[in-house]
Amino acid sequence: MENIKHFLGNFFVTGEPMIYMADVAIVLVSLGIIFVLTYFKKWKWLWKEWLTTVDAKKIGIMYIIAALLMLFRGGVDALLMRTQLALPNLHFLDSQHYNEIFTTHGTIMILFMAMPFIIGLFNIAVPLQIGARDVAFPFLNAVSFWLFFAGAMLFNLSFVIGGSPDAGWTSYTPLAGKELDPGVGENYYLLGLQIAGIGTLATGVNFFTTIIKMRAPGMSLMKMPMFTWSVLVTSVIIMFAFPVLTVALAMLTIDRLFDAHFFTVAAGGQPMQWANLFWIWGHPEVYIVILPAFGVFSEVIATFSRKKLFGYHAMVFSMVAISVLGFITWVHHFFTMGAGPGVNSFFSLSTMLIAIPTGVKVFNWLFTLNKGKIQFTTAMLWALAFIPNFLIGGLTGVMLAVAPADYQYHNSYFLISHFHYVLIGGTVFAAFAGLTYWWPKMFGHILNERLGKWAFWVFMISFNVCFLPMYLVGLLGMTRRMYTYPAGLGWTSLNLIETIGAFGMGLGFIIMVYNIYWSARYGERDTTGDPWDGRTLEWATTSPAPEYNFAHIPTIQQVDDFYYMKKEGRQKEISKAPYKPIHMPNNSGVPIIMAVFFFIGGFGLVFEWIWMGILGGIGVLACMLYRSFETHDHHYIPVDEIERTEREAGRFS
Amino acid sequence: MAAVTNHNNKPYEPLEYSTEEGSLRIFGFWLFLAADMVLFACLFATYLMYIHHTAGGPSSKELFEVKDFMIETVDLLVSSFTCGLATLEMRRGNKKATIAWLIVTLILGLVFIGFEVKEFTGMVQEGATLQTSAFLTSFFILVGTHGCHVSIGILWMLCIIAQLATRGINAQTARKVFIIGLYWHFLDVIWIFLFTAVYLTGLVL
Repeated sequence: MENIKHFLGNFFVTGEPMIYMADVAIVLVSLGIIFVLTYFKKWKWLWKEWLTTVDAKKIGIMYIIAALLMLFRGGVDALLMRTQLALPNLHFLDSQHYNEIFTTHGTIMILFMAMPFIIGLFNIAVPLQIGARDVAFPFLNAVSFWLFFAGAMLFNLSFVIGGSPDAGWTSYTPLAGKELDPGVGENYYLLGLQIAGIGTLATGVNFFTTIIKMRAPGMSLMKMPMFTWSVLVTSVIIMFAFPVLTVALAMLTIDRLFDAHFFTVAAGGQPMQWANLFWIWGHPEVYIVILPAFGVFSEVIATFSRKKLFGYHAMVFSMVAISVLGFITWVHHFFTMGAGPGVNSFFSLSTMLIAIPTGVKVFNWLFTLNKGKIQFTTAMLWALAFIPNFLIGGLTGVMLAVAPADYQYHNSYFLISHFHYVLIGGTVFAAFAGLTYWWPKMFGHILNERLGKWAFWVFMISFNVCFLPMYLVGLLGMTRRMYTYPAGLGWTSLNLIETIGAFGMGLGFIIMVYNIYWSARYGERDTTGDPWDGRTLEWATTSPAPEYNFAHIPTIQQVDDFYYMKKEGRQKEISKAPYKPIHMPNNSGVPIIMAVFFFIGGFGLVFEWIWMGILGGIGVLACMLYRSFETHDHHYIPVDEIERTEREAGRFS
Repeated sequence: MAAVTNHNNKPYEPLEYSTEEGSLRIFGFWLFLAADMVLFACLFATYLMYIHHTAGGPSSKELFEVKDFMIETVDLLVSSFTCGLATLEMRRGNKKATIAWLIVTLILGLVFIGFEVKEFTGMVQEGATLQTSAFLTSFFILVGTHGCHVSIGILWMLCIIAQLATRGINAQTARKVFIIGLYWHFLDVIWIFLFTAVYLTGLVL
């Protein structure tokens, strides 16, 4: 009996009232979801329409829902930190709890919020933009999503079962090694990221193949929409960066679980090898989340300036340049390692070089705006706000790239502010711009512009209120990850302002969520499929698009061909009868079941229950075996069904 | 020989590429191999960093047996050749010969794994384990990752043989034979690097 009590006491996180509250909330929400699904008899619908779907459009929606939930979780973490730091000597959180929260905040925001959000946008926009019926490997796409989801759930479980990781989102060794960090928290980090990372790698392969092989006839590479270009370049980065993460995580897992010595100094290992591997993935990762953001802004700015994107070729070449340079800058994350002036100069220079292609892109956006008929829609406001905010983040990045100066800024709040300016000002603004822009395509109605603009102004101003003072407080000597500070250092008022800004951002998020609710009920329906007078192919079909995307695959003649199609009346050909049966993949329950086995195996390894890890592995193999022997994995949509769908959309002709 | 003759003046297209699905999957698999190459590159880099970090434990010169790793090398190179023959027979539409060469490949793969297990257990008995030093940790994980790949390849090949036996050679099974061939040759290439960077270097340096 004592044993069981002891086990449970360690298994569940105890002793913290906020976590008990979270326990209660999790149980209540779970019961609520189960009740609603049962009461409205929606289980079968959920399974058939969503959980087993291989349709990229639905997978994209699931990615974005999950990303918004994770944004909420990561945002609550941020608000807890800002509350703790609002005034000197507060004890709202103790130091251990604070360590856990900054770790989960960083990890969740990058891996489980930014990544799924942009990958969700890939899924929603790319197949439609290139005139394809789906991605190249729809089954694999579902596997990717469910692996991300399993990884995210495993990671989030840590705060109620076993304890959260606490060595920072970079998880540097030796701090993250077993000796200095016993317990299961770091294992959650390693296995959660590992499972999600495998899914992301598959996404890279999938979208690269899709874009290279499945474009509509006539759409040569240089006639692709800019967002698709950004996804193509990003997919290459994913394929070359994510295996490095896989290796790094596996090494640390082996060190922790089997007492191996990749990173232990005593047996000849080198802790800095972790930092190297982590950032060889981690720096390209930054471009994985920012290049698609550039792609979104290119689409939004061109559409709402009513102009062709300025400097198409320069845009493409600068993205390619960024993707190459992004792989040779990783040491700038640890200039203070002491690699010597030669090495530091090289990485200083390579880092500064990235500012050149990025600058080219900024000028191209400005020239696109020049003499355009600008419409200040919500999506456009996010895109316009991106330019100055990202510029602040980018220029402070060049300051940080100066190696000798970095010895001053390193790990100070100056750095914290820099990367929040690029990640929020770039990626998060793009996520919101993209969400607003493609929302009608996803759900068939438009998000309310008035509420959207309120959310934009509140969030954007609060963002600057929160992060601009951080540059100052960083230069005044405040370092990151300190859980409290004494009065009298001149940091107090700046910290208080930052906290006010953080809560303002929370308010902006609430307005956004309310907008989603309001617009779903009362929002303007999009009956045209082209609410913004768009320029690319996703607007050539209905909102939301039918399962098969286009009744006929259009033939493309130039960049922004849909704009010319509308002028010349060619767009009607896409839905013109007669139709032919359309070949589509079948739904499958295997991806979600496989992800469940990954989760089981991962959970077992977190607690070092090797038998459970093996059990999960066998389950995964069994799923693959089943899939290998499956033959009937596709079907044809008959002509009369296509006819009915097109007729209902008022497009039959 | 029907598959090779060219009746309608179209460019010659092998069976495995004849469907859109087949050609997409082969393309995707090449990309996977590129990613897998990066994974091995990291393991190689780490191993080469730690090659002399023996922490007082046994060094590569004391551990590596020339005879064993030479047998492993020849065995795997020959298996790559027989796997190539299987692909060739698949293109000729010869089901029996395809299966036969795949079985030969599979047996050679098993022999390889047998030698590797013997090598690893021998080392562990001499007290050279994963926990001894950074050198041995990186050695076991690098060589073991390759061994894991080969083992998965063997299981995978079994499935493909079963499918060939029941369904014969069609666009789908041809694609599978072709892809496992790519995988198997890839592992052979990795082994050539292992042979050079680990075993030869380990005896010389």
